[in-house]
Amino acid sequence: MPQIAVQDLFKTYRLAERQRGLVGAARGLLSRTHRYIEALKGVSFSLDRGELVGMIGPNGAGKSTLIKILCGILEPSSGRCEIDGRVPWNERIHHVARIGVVFGQRTQLWWDLPVIDSFELLRDIYRVPEAKFRPTAETLISLLRIEQLLHQPVRQLSLGQRMRCDIAAAMLHSPSILFLDEPTIGLDANSKLALRDFIKRLNRDKGVTVILATHDMQDIEALAERVLIIGNGRILRDGPIAAMRAETSGERRLVVDFSEDIGDIAIEGATVLSRTGRRVEFAFDPGVTAAHALISRLTADHGIEDLSIEEPTIEELIASFYTSHGAVEA
Amino acid sequence: MSVTLVRPYLAIFAARFLMMLQYRAAALAGIATQFWFGAIMIMALSAFYASGRGSASITLAEAITYTWLGQAFLGLLPWNVDPEIAVMMRTGNVAYERLRPVDTYFYWFARAMAWRAAATLVRSMPLLIMTSAVFELAGLGDWSLRPPPSFEALALFVLSMVAVVLLSSAITTLLNISVVWTISGQGINVITNSLVIILSGMVIPLPLFPDWAQRALFVQPFAGLVDIPNRIYFANLSGGEALAGIALQIAWTLALMALGHLLMTHTMRRIQVQGG
Repeated sequence: MPQIAVQDLFKTYRLAERQRGLVGAARGLLSRTHRYIEALKGVSFSLDRGELVGMIGPNGAGKSTLIKILCGILEPSSGRCEIDGRVPWNERIHHVARIGVVFGQRTQLWWDLPVIDSFELLRDIYRVPEAKFRPTAETLISLLRIEQLLHQPVRQLSLGQRMRCDIAAAMLHSPSILFLDEPTIGLDANSKLALRDFIKRLNRDKGVTVILATHDMQDIEALAERVLIIGNGRILRDGPIAAMRAETSGERRLVVDFSEDIGDIAIEGATVLSRTGRRVEFAFDPGVTAAHALISRLTADHGIEDLSIEEPTIEELIASFYTSHGAVEA
Repeated sequence: MSVTLVRPYLAIFAARFLMMLQYRAAALAGIATQFWFGAIMIMALSAFYASGRGSASITLAEAITYTWLGQAFLGLLPWNVDPEIAVMMRTGNVAYERLRPVDTYFYWFARAMAWRAAATLVRSMPLLIMTSAVFELAGLGDWSLRPPPSFEALALFVLSMVAVVLLSSAITTLLNISVVWTISGQGINVITNSLVIILSGMVIPLPLFPDWAQRALFVQPFAGLVDIPNRIYFANLSGGEALAGIALQIAWTLALMALGHLLMTHTMRRIQVQGG
C-alpha cells in the first residue's frame, strides 16, 4: 500500500480583479469581477514509504499548490488524497504532527530568538517528550553542524546557516515524511552539498519519505531517482531522470571557430543558433544529420580553427521539455 | 484537561510574553505618554466639574481615579492588529502557522494574550505607584489615584481585570483574523481605534454620558474593557451589580471567542497562501 495516494486533484483559485485607474477602482467597490485560475488540473500519483521523489516544473506550474494540499493547509476543489490513511485537509492537526515541512523562501524559526529557543518552542508545540527530544535534537545538530549557531538569534544567521537550522527544526518531531519546497534556493555551493548530503542520509538511513520541489536540476540529479515534472497543473512525466534524458536529448550543438571572417552562413542539416565574431553555434539533430557529415561539409568550404560538439545541459533539457509541452506560463 | 493538551499554548504564551518584556524603551515611552495624556484629561475633567451645572453620577475624585486606572492599563485595550500577524499574512508565513498541530484559534488567542498582558505589566506598575503614592507625598492628593474603599472592591476589581485580559484577547484575536481578508491591518486599526477608545470609557468615563445612553453603554462589549473594572474599583458598582458586570464581561468574552473560532475555521478553509 502506498504511503501517499493522490487521485485527480483539482484546485481552482478565485481571484478578484482590479480595474485600471480611478474609475475602475470606484467600480470595484460596487461589483467585483473574478478570474479563475486552475492551478491543478487532475493530478494523480502515488508514493511508497521511503521514496525520495523530485518535483520540478516552471514557476506557476502548481508545485507549491500541490505541496500545500499534501501538507493539509490547502483544500483542493476536488479529488482524493490519502497520506498514511489520513485526508490531510480534513485531519489537519493530526496530519501536520507527523510531517516535516521546509519552505526555502521562508523561515519557521522565531526571528528574534536564539536558535535553541526556537527548537525548544517547537518541542512544546509538537508535544515531543523531553526524553525523546534530546537525542533527536543532538543527532540533528551534529549532522547539520549547527552547534556553533544555537545561541545566536536567527536574524544574525547567514542564509546557509539559517537553512540548516530550518531543516533541523522541521525534523525535531521525527516526522515520517519531509516536504522540501526549494530548500537550496540562494545557497552557496558548499551549503548545497551539505544539505543534499543530509537529505540523502535522512532518506537512506532513517527511511524518511522525501518530496523535494526545486528548480535546481543538480538537486534532482544528486538526490532523486524518480522525478515528477509538473506543468500547467498536470503531471507531464513521472519516472526516472535517466529515462527522460534519453527521450529528449535529441538535439546537439556544434560550436565552430572559423579562421577567417565569414558572412552569412547556411549549412544543410543544421541551424545557426548564434554568432559572435568568428564563432558560430549550430544546432543539429544527430538522428537526421550525422556529426561527421556536417563537419566535412563545413571544412570543405571554410577554414576552421577549432570545433566542439556539446550535449545539452539538464537545464536546457528541461527547458525544451517545458516548451514542447506548453508548460511555461504565459 | 491534561497538561500535554495545553502545552503548545502555554509555550507560545511564555515565549511571546518574554519577548515582549524586552522592549524596555517602548515601555518607557508608553509610560511618559500615558502620564501626559492622563494629566491633560484630568485637567479637562476638573474644568467640566468646576463649571458644569447639575450633578454628575460620579465625583471628580472618582473620575480622576477612573482616568488613572484607564491610563495604567491602556496596554490591555484591544485597539490594533498584532503587527506580527500582519507581517505573517503579507509574507505568507501564515502557512507555517497552519503547519502546527494546534487549534489555530487558541494558538492565536494565547499569542494575543501574551502580547497584551506583557505590554501592560511593564507599563502599569510604575504608573500606578506614581499616581497614587508619589502624588500623595508630593502634595498632589487631589489629583491622585485613590485606594479602593474596601477589600471587597479590590478583590472584585482583580477578578474583573482577569476578565479584561480575556475579553481583550478575544477582541484582539478577532482583529487578527480580519487581516486574513484585508492583508494589511491598517484599515481595521483606524476603525477599531476610535470605537474602542470611546466606547470603553477611555476618553470620557462612561457614567458621564447622558442618562438615556447608560443602559446601552453598559451592555456593549467594550464597557468590559475599562468602565466595568474601574467602577468596581471605587465601588460605583458593588455587590450584585459588580458581579453582573463581571458576568457580562465573561459572557462577551465567550461569545466573541465562539465567533472568532467560527471565523477562523471558515477563513482558513478558503485561505490562499500567496506566492512561492
